[in-house]
Amino acid sequence: MTRERAAKEPSMVRQKELIAGHYRRLARAREAGEAVVYTFVPGNLTELLLSFGAAAVLPEINALQSGMRGKSADYIARAEKAGHSEDVCTYVKCDLGMSLAGNVGPTGEPIPRPDLLLLSYTGCFTFMKWFELLRQQYHCPVAMLHVPYVWNGEVTPGMIAYVVDQIRSEVLPALEKATGRRFDEADLSRRLALSARAEDDLVWVLESARNRPSPIDAYFGGVYYIGPMFSAFRGTEEGAAYYGALRGEVQERLQAGRGPITPEGPMEEERFRLVVEGPPNWTSFREFWKMFYDEGAVVVASTYTKVGGLYDTGFRHDPGAPLESLARYCLGCYTNLNLPSRVDLLERYVRDYAADGFLINSVKSCNSFSAGQLVMLRELERRTGIAGGFIESDLVDPRYFSASNIKTRLESYLQMIAQKRLEAHHPPAAAAEGRAS
Amino acid sequence: MSLESIIAEAERLAFDLEFQGVKRWKEAAPGRRAIGYMPVYAPREVIHAAGMLPVGIFGGGDRIEIIRGDACFQSYICHIPRSTVELALSGRLGCLDGMLFPSTCDVIRNLSGMWKILLPGFYARYLDLPQNFDRRVGGRFHRTELLALASDLALLGGAPVTEETLRASIALYNENRRRVRALFDLRRRSPHLAPAVEAYLLLRAGCVVPVEDHNRMLDAYLEAAGAGDRPALDNCRVVLRGAFCETPPLALLRTIERAGCDIVDDDLVLVSRWIRDDVPEAGDPFEALAHAYLERSVANACRYAGEEEKGADLVAAVRQAGAEGVIFAAPSFCDPALLDQPMLVAALERAGIPYTAFKYSEDTGQFQPIREQAGTFADSIKLWSQP
Ligand code: SF4
Ligand code: SF4
Repeated sequence: MTRERAAKEPSMVRQKELIAGHYRRLARAREAGEAVVYTFVPGNLTELLLSFGAAAVLPEINALQSGMRGKSADYIARAEKAGHSEDVCTYVKCDLGMSLAGNVGPTGEPIPRPDLLLLSYTGCFTFMKWFELLRQQYHCPVAMLHVPYVWNGEVTPGMIAYVVDQIRSEVLPALEKATGRRFDEADLSRRLALSARAEDDLVWVLESARNRPSPIDAYFGGVYYIGPMFSAFRGTEEGAAYYGALRGEVQERLQAGRGPITPEGPMEEERFRLVVEGPPNWTSFREFWKMFYDEGAVVVASTYTKVGGLYDTGFRHDPGAPLESLARYCLGCYTNLNLPSRVDLLERYVRDYAADGFLINSVKSCNSFSAGQLVMLRELERRTGIAGGFIESDLVDPRYFSASNIKTRLESYLQMIAQKRLEAHHPPAAAAEGRAS
Repeated sequence: MSLESIIAEAERLAFDLEFQGVKRWKEAAPGRRAIGYMPVYAPREVIHAAGMLPVGIFGGGDRIEIIRGDACFQSYICHIPRSTVELALSGRLGCLDGMLFPSTCDVIRNLSGMWKILLPGFYARYLDLPQNFDRRVGGRFHRTELLALASDLALLGGAPVTEETLRASIALYNENRRRVRALFDLRRRSPHLAPAVEAYLLLRAGCVVPVEDHNRMLDAYLEAAGAGDRPALDNCRVVLRGAFCETPPLALLRTIERAGCDIVDDDLVLVSRWIRDDVPEAGDPFEALAHAYLERSVANACRYAGEEEKGADLVAAVRQAGAEGVIFAAPSFCDPALLDQPMLVAALERAGIPYTAFKYSEDTGQFQPIREQAGTFADSIKLWSQP
């Protein structure tokens, strides 16, 4: 299997088409008279934007796509040359650099200027600065949607009321102005019903990893599965159809007792089941994934796949309470949870998915994810009795991806798991003999 | 009191990492409680109205050995959280009955959760300050948060916060704000009489003593410094920005001053003047505090700029202070300060105001490059300003 011809699940191919179609739509949005709204993945109000007929641009997705296509180093360098600090989040710099380079998207088509910046301020401080920076650049209106942090593990009625109030007083008027359309609650509800259907299927897919072998990789494969849900396809027929098809595909693999599809074909033997916390690295995504599947390590649950919405704890968009449901959705996104709740979730994953270990990929860019991860690691070790692994990289800055370091750390972590497993099954002396033979 | 003794006392209080003053205050009467808060802003009036002592926690600066704190943070995270964790895990914050973590940035936000994990049972509250500035929306949210804080404080053994007690606290803090404004006026007028280092020490000291004591301290200083005969120096006048959370070592401020820059305005210890002017003392005091936050806050990286033009406030501060340039001094890895900086720089460039920028850590011991940079900046300003 060569690098050029990576094996893909049919859903990955379908997803690629969906995303390419979205970029085509964006490139033609001006001619089509569609308003263009930039917004963020966590706390995105996709159904609402669609109900206004607006096209969404998600700068984080552009940044990660640039990372995967090897363009981010140049974009980051441009932003740093223009005065942005080397210390700050590289997603922002990648996006700013891309716009300095002409704002051409990952498919080679131009990304249109925004008519509105919908600042869904959910789970990340940097978002606020990012859109302040873009406002300076584009001189367009900004609608701020401040989503309170669920600091005590509990969503309060005051938090919901605050978000709903802002949707009514800030977001809806801004969208009405940008699109020239009136808010259509019935259309929003219809879309939320489609979202809920897709969410059911996504959760089924993610939970299929409880099986042994897992038919999916919930991190490297997972980032593909969440693509349509976290971007522009929640609340669409296409999105719902995609998740129906994905579920069917995974079900087939499950029934056949097959493991995940990796870029080099079906994974043969599942040797290690891991839970992963933190975003992946995008600049060396394939290389990073290979380090896992070469060792027979499959990720059975990950937190990164919950940044754009946490559905496996029961939340579904609710057509019966549209605005409140959008508020609850925003409040529940993973990086909007406090550290104890994040540890609770990870602990649950380790147990429910019968994981052999857990690994934190700590990315330099992201204080929202990373600050506190070392304490999370130790707390999780204490609660599960399992030693965790810790690696460091970055999202889209290749300067911070040291393949040899990461590989060495991962391999020694997996060796440690293997050793413990051996010791659990055999007394140390027998294990030593086994190694010698 | 002489100027020297006021400053010596302020310095002793500001850097007393054993919090002896707080302990003494608590011991002076039974049932007294103290609540810590981190930068950048906390509604100290509510804590005061509960009969508790608000205590500003600014990390350990360059005066603490980090043993446990470093194990909690990766190398690419700023320094203040690690020294703050060190303070906590070494027992130095044992005199506190709770901690508030304002929504300054994701590091302080996550620190609130770390606190819950590392110190179970310790009251740790994240204080989500509104980023919506509509009275009916952000105002309502903030008022609800203030009421929730007040009832939590009562559960922690504080006095019930009534409208009356809160109004009285607001009045006392208004007096404090007036004195702080007078201090900044003096600095702007005669920086040689009230150097930045002294102002900084006074404001830091004010974060660990009762506001009544701080008001007296400021009165004494204003009188002594205003009547002083320290000679004016041929320095250039600069505004310092970016140091609103992790504070630079004292020696760094001295280095800048000795390099020929009078710091006539800064954003150090911003809690002392976050609310620009008086909070109304009539009406619903919770609402008054909430509305003051919405409408009378300073511009700062941690607060959404809304419709305001980014950097306009900085340009105005430069003009008001008669400053000739801006020094951006930001903690390494500080997202708020460093992400904001390019926007502020753009505003300065539009206004033709010179600037220079460097990063620091609260425990930095290397001042030579900063001395050179600040000196060159001062020289170039003098050169530009020559007819
Ligand atoms: S700080 Fe983290 S969550 Fe925020 S934009 Fe950067 S990578 Fe995304
Ligand atoms: S120094 Fe900056 S990044 Fe660090 S805690 Fe303070 S505001 Fe946050």
